[in-house]
Amino acid sequence: MKAAVLVFPGSNREGDVAQAIELVTGRRPQMVWHGDGDFEKTDLIVLPGGFSYGDYLRCGAMAAQSPVMAEVKKRAAQGVPVLAICNGFQIAAEAGLVPGVLMRNENLKFVCGDVHLKIETSQSLFTNRYQAGQVIKVPVAHAEGNYFADADTLKRLEDRGQVAFRYCAPDGTVDGPLGQEANPNGSIRNIAGVFNETKTVMGLMPHPENAVEPLFGGCDGKALFEGLVEALS
Amino acid sequence: MKAPMKARVHVTLKNGVLDPQGKAIGHSLNRLGFPEVGDVRQGKYIELELAETDKARARARLDDMCRKLLANTVIENYSIELVG
Repeated sequence: MKAAVLVFPGSNREGDVAQAIELVTGRRPQMVWHGDGDFEKTDLIVLPGGFSYGDYLRCGAMAAQSPVMAEVKKRAAQGVPVLAICNGFQIAAEAGLVPGVLMRNENLKFVCGDVHLKIETSQSLFTNRYQAGQVIKVPVAHAEGNYFADADTLKRLEDRGQVAFRYCAPDGTVDGPLGQEANPNGSIRNIAGVFNETKTVMGLMPHPENAVEPLFGGCDGKALFEGLVEALS
Repeated sequence: MKAPMKARVHVTLKNGVLDPQGKAIGHSLNRLGFPEVGDVRQGKYIELELAETDKARARARLDDMCRKLLANTVIENYSIELVG
């Protein structure tokens, strides 16, 4: 699997995700600067976490209009898989690659710590190594991760199975007070990650790339990258 | 030469979209001795200079700018005001 990791001014998790990809592929991904209009064809494009363009205007809004994103949109439309993590998710949402928007956390606080996620489906490039209903533990670190979409969009997402992950209690509970407590940012319906219609683009706020080695405190994110390798190699 | 046209753009959250910042501002004002303050909504104000003399054209271009970058129409409304 050949991967490209995009780098915007203010990105800061590109090294982490590059390392996670190298761990499962044995190959360093190509790092692509935001000003480049064109880059080598790859099997996967990654939009990493960070604070692109200092989060000016809205998180991800400026990066979504950068030259390299025009090329990413073109390739995504052709079916090239895109993994968008944290700030990358904000960029992807602003670019219209995935539905919805990430707003300021409901409690206005930057959240940093481990969360539990319920895998909603194993039927995707990104989640094929997990079981539907499985609970994994991965870290989050963001101030704008409060997922929002209007009622029509939400209905479409649910009907088509485009919700990838939901924040949940350690036992997998999403609903009720336990689910509410497990929701770190106020995301509507505890949504932590979504797919586009074809499930070739996935955006998520948590950082699976920071849960790939026991030393990091957990390995639950590794299967995401292993699943991609299996699907795309 | 004619001075450049100025535009004022207001970007506000749509009704029904939760505004935690506005809420926090409201609570602070209540605590500071302004109990009359109810719902507070926070928005953005953007001032632009345009090298343009035709108002209709300026408005159309600004509309495009708002939809492409200045506002996220999933959650935000915008209004455009031309000055001078």
